Amino acid sequence: MALTKAELAENLFKVLGINKREAKDLVEIFFEEVRSLLEQGHQIRLSGFGNFNLRDKRERPGRNPKTGKDVPITARRVVTFRAGQKLKARVEKYAESTTSATNIVGAS
Amino acid sequence: MVKSELIARIVSKFQQLPEKDIELGINQILEHMSETLEKNGRIEIRGFGSFSLHYRPSRNAHNPRTGEKVVTIHKYAPHFKPGKQTRERINQSRAKNIPIIQDSREEEQAP
Repeated sequence: MALTKAELAENLFKVLGINKREAKDLVEIFFEEVRSLLEQGHQIRLSGFGNFNLRDKRERPGRNPKTGKDVPITARRVVTFRAGQKLKARVEKYAESTTSATNIVGAS
Repeated sequence: MVKSELIARIVSKFQQLPEKDIELGINQILEHMSETLEKNGRIEIRGFGSFSLHYRPSRNAHNPRTGEKVVTIHKYAPHFKPGKQTRERINQSRAKNIPIIQDSREEEQAP
């Protein structure tokens, strides 16, 4: 099961003792604030977690995969996420735990 | 915009909770999300987007300095897929000519 806003709020209630109503509102306002800042052109850096960056893309050629017809992909603004060093390191521990003890040279 | 600035904005909008609780709360949200990802769990925030790990298989590579051939270890990389509402709202801000604000602070550097 995926982690959802409801579980994030439940966790705030359990760990910090914030009442359920406020926990739910805080989770809601957090994601809404990140999104509305991105909408206003702000890139966001959450230290230890990662950065949300904005990028303007020019129009480029594309194709409708269903019909095979050439259709240009219109110019657009997109958000990209780059995990921070701390999160990357934590996630890599998971990869290590799934690696059998074979003789692989690790390169970073 | 960094985390402390984001927290300050939320503090000013969310008067029901003391500043300390908001700060602890946001750090706890991010910690809970990190814990989920480090166990290869998935995060789904309706309308905002989803986070999951993407598998990167091992590949042949070489050390650019020595030219020595190495095989990289397979790994998992965190991935974010923006939700529909996030995608649309961000794209609309381009249509409204809202500029992307460049932060003068340095980006988090790779070691």
